[in-house]
Amino acid sequence: MDIHEYQAKELLSGFGVPVPKGGVAYSAEQAVYRATEVGGTRWVVKAQIHSGARGRAGGVKVCTTDADVRQAAKDLLGKTLVTVQTGPEGLPVHRLLVEQALPIERELYVGLVLDRKRERIVVVAHPHGGMEIEEIAQREPAAILREDVEPAVGMQGFQARELAFGLGLAPSQVSQAVTAILGAYRAFRELDATMVEINPLVVTQTGQVLALDVKMSFDDNAMFRRPNVAELRDYAQEDPREAEAAEHGLNYVALDGDIGCIINGAGLAMATMDMIKHAGGEPANFLDIGGGASPDRVTAAFRLVLSDKKVRAILVNVFAGINRCDWVARGVVQAVREVQVAVPLVVRLAGTNVEEGRRILADSGLPILTADTLSEAAERVVAARDRVRAA
Amino acid sequence: MSILLDEKTRVIVQGFTGDKGTFHTREMIAYGTNVVGGVTPGKGGTTHLDRPVFNTVKEAVANTGAAASLILVPAPFCADAIMEAADAGIRLVVTITDGVPAQDMMRVKRYLWRYAKERRTTLIGPNCAGMISAGRAMMGIMPGHIYTRGPVGVVTRSGTLGYEAAAQLQALGVGITTSVGIGGDPINGSSFVDILALFEQDRETEAVMMIGEIGGPQEADAALFVKEQMTKPVIGYVAGLTAPKGRRMGHAGAIISAFGDTAAEKAEIMRSAGLMVAPSPAELGVTVVHALRQQPSRPVMVQR
Repeated sequence: MDIHEYQAKELLSGFGVPVPKGGVAYSAEQAVYRATEVGGTRWVVKAQIHSGARGRAGGVKVCTTDADVRQAAKDLLGKTLVTVQTGPEGLPVHRLLVEQALPIERELYVGLVLDRKRERIVVVAHPHGGMEIEEIAQREPAAILREDVEPAVGMQGFQARELAFGLGLAPSQVSQAVTAILGAYRAFRELDATMVEINPLVVTQTGQVLALDVKMSFDDNAMFRRPNVAELRDYAQEDPREAEAAEHGLNYVALDGDIGCIINGAGLAMATMDMIKHAGGEPANFLDIGGGASPDRVTAAFRLVLSDKKVRAILVNVFAGINRCDWVARGVVQAVREVQVAVPLVVRLAGTNVEEGRRILADSGLPILTADTLSEAAERVVAARDRVRAA
Repeated sequence: MSILLDEKTRVIVQGFTGDKGTFHTREMIAYGTNVVGGVTPGKGGTTHLDRPVFNTVKEAVANTGAAASLILVPAPFCADAIMEAADAGIRLVVTITDGVPAQDMMRVKRYLWRYAKERRTTLIGPNCAGMISAGRAMMGIMPGHIYTRGPVGVVTRSGTLGYEAAAQLQALGVGITTSVGIGGDPINGSSFVDILALFEQDRETEAVMMIGEIGGPQEADAALFVKEQMTKPVIGYVAGLTAPKGRRMGHAGAIISAFGDTAAEKAEIMRSAGLMVAPSPAELGVTVVHALRQQPSRPVMVQR
């Protein structure tokens, strides 16, 4: 789960990480009010969307008067911002962060991630902030500093000091950086984050160390015990179909193709999509209906897949373990009757009670194409899609 | 032979008396698994499925001599259940539970290291279908009838794709020694390398099918291990050719976030390490048969 920059700054600030003065605004009036509250004569108005690279996309504006702030807010609110990370559809701007603009001396990079290979939290730092870490890793891999955190004892002060001195900070700035790094680590640990990125961590011309831009992601599996983080979820930043899928216990990811997929198990879903590609098609979605494929869940899956108007054929592939095929087949028949599927449908069942399942599909009188194997299923659905395209 | 589990292994179930525990324990017993009891805190002293229920894993071990535990408790309590089993001296823990927080797993892995190697617990999962030694015993939730006894070891991150492989092999008349689901989470108990090392030692296993997916370094680590340490042929497959970058594909760990995370990159790493890679998920079985035929000293064992 991702959150907005202003939310991440509020969270981190609670762990002692210094951030610029600022606040969230939902309207132009509120933006002006925030600027007054912050004080000074220079502000930045930042579009809040779940994406980086907002500056280059015109989502960050520097203002010097109230009128500027009002105009910037008007320009940004309600706009759809397209960045290199959002894809061509972009993301809607409903919230802004209005902050004091600071004269900056240096920009640094600090990031914390859950390292899958080492199975621990790793803190990475680099003396040149502002770029993406991938870019840094390519250009100057030797200058990357890293500290592995021993899970039993947590991050130690000396580790943060090593990073701070390694970044070439002056002694007076080191203690500030140490506070920021240790604070970010504690937030990571105590809020079940999977990523905390301070990019850049800046040194101002007056020698202050501040987190100028912040990104945080969280472990979905841990949100049951982090209600104060879970409530920060902004559905406006997500594909509405994915949010709806989650409500039905389904896992859906929208893709660009035209063959809808309904499959049990994440691995089999990915493999089935691979097979569709091998057969010359493109999947319209990833959809894992999980273990207990009840008729209601299968019906919800059909609705979801058909809500994508690109879909020209559907492939259902279920390898029944705990679910028996007859149960799944009944679900498919019920769903097709209820949802009125107007595109060709190919169903492949395998596993427990497969004969009974196939008989139920055949006896339903519905125009369902069946397949015995994975390759047959993929070939049939691609052929069906081609017939629809030609018609 | 098989790895880790056979018909003699004394198995308990944590989360024994719940709906899932009851259902899957029945299936496991029907398959021939030596289930000797279970643990549900607060229900100690009662009997369930004709077997004793204990309050703690330590009691269960003391009374039954259990050496393995299947964990079916809800995700918030899962890390605790694994550590309890490890502390009680259980040697094999299989965790089916999906949705365990990654930092819980980080703690669990660190905890398991506090025991000397001779008594350290092997953890399989979480977020997996479990494991099965074909025709012998099952600790998991898979349909047992698609596994025939034979010479191929299977290790897979995905549950249902593991079923697909087993069914393809069965259709070709090729059986399985043991099939292990290591699970789809970013931090899991046993890695591909851990399981491959066991298959390399197992006398009955003649070839290994390894089924990976996008995300994480485990497939690449395994490819290197195969190249440097294994004599048996390993057949690989990586699911997720069409997966976009940065999107989680169902499994918590199935996300392309770093270099080498894509299916194409992993398949290439496997190929360059000398693994035979199945060209598509419909050819998992035939690729294994092909690999077995290239081993003239080891005739293909076909189950009748």
